[in-house]
Amino acid sequence: MADKSSAVELQVMWNRLVAVVDEQAQALMHTAFSPIVRESGDISAGVFDVRGNMLAQAVTGTPGHINTMAESVRHFLQVIPQRQMRPGDTYLTNDPWLGSGHLNDFVLVQPCFHRRRLVGLVSCTSHLIDLGGLGMGPDGSDVYDEGLLIPPIRLVEGGDINQTLMTLIKSNSRTPFQNEGDVYALIACCDVAHARLGQMMTEFAIGDLDKVAAYIHRVSQQASVAAIDAAPQGSWQNSMMIDGYDFEIELKAALSIGNGEINVDFSGSSPCSKFGINVPLNYATAYSVFGLRCIFAPEVPNNAGSLAPFKIHAPLGCIVNAPRPVPVAQRHIIGQLLPDVVLGCLRQAMPKRIPAEGSSCMYDLPLRGGFDATSSDKATRFAVELTHNGGTGARPGKDGLSVTAFPSGVYGSQVEVTESTAPLLVRRRELRPDSGGAGRFRGGLGQIIEIESREGQPFDLFGTVDRVKYPARGCFGGHDGACGHLALASGQLLQGKGKQQIPAGEVLVFQTPGGGGYGDPRKRDPVKVARDYAAGLISKKALRRDYAVALKADGSVDRDGTRILRQRS
Amino acid sequence: MNNTAQTRIAVDIGGTFTDIALDSGAGLHTAKTLTTAADPVRGVIDVIRIACREAGVEAGAIDSVIHGTTLATNALIERKGARVGLITTAGFRDIVEIAYERRYDQYDIFVDKPDLLVKREDCWTVAERVDADGAVLQPLDTAGLEPLLHEIDRRGVDSLAICLLHAYQNPAHEIELREKIGALRPDLSITLSSEVCPEIREFDRACTTLANAYIKPLMASYLTDLSQALIDEGIDAPLFIVTSGGGMTTLQTATRFPIRLVESGPSGGALLAARIARECSIDAALSFDMGGTTAKLCLIDQGAPQRSRQFEIGRAERFVSGSGLPVRIPVVEMIEIGAGGGSIARIDSLRRLAIGPDSAGSSPGPACYDNGGLLPTVTDADLALGFIEPSAFAEGRVRIKPQKARTAIRAEIGSKLKMSINQGAYGISQMVDENMANAARVHAVEHGKEISQRTMIAFGGNGPLHATRVAQKIGVDKIIIPRAPGVGSAVGFLSAPISYEIIRSLYMRGDNFDVNAIRRLFAEMQKEGRAVVRAGAAAGRLEERRLAFMRYQGQGHEIEIALPAGRLGAGLGKEIRRRFDRLYRQQYGRTVPNVDVEIINWAFVASTPESRIEQVPMSRRKRQPRPGARRKIYWGQQREILEVPCFRRERLKSGDFIRGPALIIEAQTTTLVGPEYNALIDRVGNIVMHLTKKTGDRTNG
Repeated sequence: MADKSSAVELQVMWNRLVAVVDEQAQALMHTAFSPIVRESGDISAGVFDVRGNMLAQAVTGTPGHINTMAESVRHFLQVIPQRQMRPGDTYLTNDPWLGSGHLNDFVLVQPCFHRRRLVGLVSCTSHLIDLGGLGMGPDGSDVYDEGLLIPPIRLVEGGDINQTLMTLIKSNSRTPFQNEGDVYALIACCDVAHARLGQMMTEFAIGDLDKVAAYIHRVSQQASVAAIDAAPQGSWQNSMMIDGYDFEIELKAALSIGNGEINVDFSGSSPCSKFGINVPLNYATAYSVFGLRCIFAPEVPNNAGSLAPFKIHAPLGCIVNAPRPVPVAQRHIIGQLLPDVVLGCLRQAMPKRIPAEGSSCMYDLPLRGGFDATSSDKATRFAVELTHNGGTGARPGKDGLSVTAFPSGVYGSQVEVTESTAPLLVRRRELRPDSGGAGRFRGGLGQIIEIESREGQPFDLFGTVDRVKYPARGCFGGHDGACGHLALASGQLLQGKGKQQIPAGEVLVFQTPGGGGYGDPRKRDPVKVARDYAAGLISKKALRRDYAVALKADGSVDRDGTRILRQRS
Repeated sequence: MNNTAQTRIAVDIGGTFTDIALDSGAGLHTAKTLTTAADPVRGVIDVIRIACREAGVEAGAIDSVIHGTTLATNALIERKGARVGLITTAGFRDIVEIAYERRYDQYDIFVDKPDLLVKREDCWTVAERVDADGAVLQPLDTAGLEPLLHEIDRRGVDSLAICLLHAYQNPAHEIELREKIGALRPDLSITLSSEVCPEIREFDRACTTLANAYIKPLMASYLTDLSQALIDEGIDAPLFIVTSGGGMTTLQTATRFPIRLVESGPSGGALLAARIARECSIDAALSFDMGGTTAKLCLIDQGAPQRSRQFEIGRAERFVSGSGLPVRIPVVEMIEIGAGGGSIARIDSLRRLAIGPDSAGSSPGPACYDNGGLLPTVTDADLALGFIEPSAFAEGRVRIKPQKARTAIRAEIGSKLKMSINQGAYGISQMVDENMANAARVHAVEHGKEISQRTMIAFGGNGPLHATRVAQKIGVDKIIIPRAPGVGSAVGFLSAPISYEIIRSLYMRGDNFDVNAIRRLFAEMQKEGRAVVRAGAAAGRLEERRLAFMRYQGQGHEIEIALPAGRLGAGLGKEIRRRFDRLYRQQYGRTVPNVDVEIINWAFVASTPESRIEQVPMSRRKRQPRPGARRKIYWGQQREILEVPCFRRERLKSGDFIRGPALIIEAQTTTLVGPEYNALIDRVGNIVMHLTKKTGDRTNG
């Protein structure tokens, strides 16, 4: 063993690096312009060694950046090798295949020098509002329709901003000044991390990060491997059908645990769509690994060591390994469904540790009005992207969470804020009874949102949701959650994806899906069933049909009646 | 108001101790007694008697009583409040249940949503609707009120929260509902969202309203009991209650809005630090209050503590944001970390040394208490390192055993990491100091502030002991330890002004700026705010501040901008934009041209003027006092045993100069003067420490 006090100091340095990336992420959150950053913390920050191995990454609102950042730092190192890096440089890309899956995510990397030596790299990512093209919708026919693509390039050279590049970024956007603000904030964020890294190295009198990097990677990898070794070893398969856009999609996965590794292979999954719901492999990897990390040693911070044992494969051309230049703008819809696919494999291996499927993909409501050439003069122009969610899957030993984001970490919009910023009136936002899949442990409930124009004008809905045709499935006898449901109050059904108009005077009824149930509902504690009924979470019909529970007049459980009902079934 | 002829007492009820500071004009007297949780009034009276006896003051001679308490916070944390019900607008029964639709821990699939005081069965709705501009779309329908009240009776609800959509814009329906319900159920306690938190965002407003409703009956009866007990004691003096915002208010306002009393104790500490900063002409300070279970840090600029408008109570995962009950009230902004003397050290699943956030508390307490605790704590480490003189610990009232501390460190840390006891103790100290330093750094950055240029003002039972160690990590080279640091909050209460702050939402962009609407809004807030302050200070000048919370359109984080004094004229829009740009540049380095600004909230603050501060001149003469004894300490950075001088603080005089390393011992705490620091006693008795050598040059083994 090496000297003991330095073991504590190495650990102190590790904590310091985690604090540095948290500090970076905080600074970004405060200045970012994009609502998705504000509502879901769609940013990331990380510190790397000189070879591009990640030492620490901020835990932010979305798992979409886990390790995509690590991969993109390696891409930068290929394009701009170490010997060409100079103090005062900062590099940029938004290439979906090298960055974070779609054009809106800008990834910056800055080489760090200490006593004139390259000692590491810092990186940060933020979602910018607009990069031209068709915008954020899924309707581009390839990535070129989706906006401006910037390959890895020097954004700052020796301290001087590349003004040509900045001009290009601004002139290719509907929100040039916000973009400029965001890019400067990203640079400032790298600068802060760089300075903090230098301070730490001075304080601990170290000339490089080799020793601390080796320590972090070794300890973290050991912890991940130990968790994997403790799990059942073998291979399992799973398949999940989802709505898709132009055709229904099958997501298939084979997962194997062995030799201290977990390998996931998405071979056999459907091919790419012609719409922008395709997923580059880096992004598919991020969400798949996130699902696994929730189960295996989640207390270990993300870094090259803790992430190393998780390996994701998919044949090029399948929808989760979309080849250049297919459209990818809305890659999050399928990306967010991947943890359910991966966990479905694991559930067979460790049934007591894995929840049922949940509603999983965000239930966004991008609404716009007043922009059409034919719009009335009385129609106020507005564009909002409300973020909402359905229920999560029931968990072994616990019900699912109603109206809660998983795997993403988005914040749901507040009605008063929505109504203050757009000429909309929300008629209702309440839990959706009976939407949680029945089970010994019940799936989380979805919600019912009713929206109309306050001005009696038509407005457009840009559908970006799944699980309208295929529900979140229950497990071990638990029932499926309710599907999402989009309709007009007058009865006409709407599609989950694509632009649709809500006519003047109509109310949009937007019901989010429920999570799947876990275990036989007839084994659910009747007291809990009675409580769900009293709280209005389940109907009288479900009480009888799904749970086979009889109640007395005062609402308490009729034990004998319940026994008879449950024996009969 | 700070007439020296006045006798004022300040009492702070904390979780473990009830502290008092008595200012007789002739001097400051402090005392401590154990909190009497079952009947907190008793502890207050006890401690008042002790202080009066020691100071030789008659109860009848007391001119005013200032009181802060954790009772409101504890009732919320321990769920000991009223049975509450919630009434919202039809269609929105689930405001509280739906919340922000998120989990507070991203990786924990078994996480639960925080318990927000009310069950769905106790949430009801009434038909009515007001739009975002305050216009009534649908009048309040009270036809169904009778059956609703029967339901409320049946469920046993005794305190009702009413939170209707957009009531911050137009409270008419809430007021009407209160009148109607009040007429039918005069005993039901009612809280209106439009009074307790007239701000946009229905979830936050509903939570604040609920929290107020939850503690209202309890706090009302406590405050009544207390004022009666004071009268019985012969104290015929006004009673002021300290708020979370660092001001004081009248009994009547405290009874109506008890939610504003949470965290009043910690705000007292920040007030103390702010006063010290003003006295010593320190522009940028950092208060560092480290007690038995947590450490609290607060940024203080130009003598005023950083303030915020939101707070989270009773976090399920202590210190994890989002796991508690959010309330929107004016608070002194602090970061609280699970790092105190009782914080437990252990080896985690990665075989790393981890400290806290759980604490051994006062029972069983640290291992050295020999009271059944076998896990090593921060206090055990400090004892093992030699920083604590066992016979002087807690005025000698707690007999501690160094050997127990060493045994615990060896068993739980040393043998597992193959380290000596000294190295294990040093490791614990390093980790806990690092945790505090990291939290301080991230906290400063969240507010766009630099930390290393600040002067640290340290107090609390463990603050003076850890101050130099934390300061060094964050690059702070000047530290002040005030007098009576062990009862810092109570001392701080003595400098609280009578004040009241109101926040209201009115959305406005730069391109539709409406000065008339703003004038109307401030006229209303001014009327309400002045009335509340005048109830406690009938005469004299009031200080008033008007604030706007602004951001660039589309951002999520607002900056606080002070409005110009005087009449709000037509040029107001331009002026506040100019102020915003200047502050934004200060915080983030640059402005964002061509992007409009938006204002979400406005605030009005009225308060009595700050008490006059006398500048403390530095002592000119320097004298090296003679140490009382010497102790051996283990200094981990150099891995050597040092023999250091010990001084009794009460014997030190202005101008006394001590070279570190040294220990300065007093009744309730010990100050560690690190080897890199010098200490000087100033004219009022503060210990002022300066860094003499920078770190970073030392060799690394």
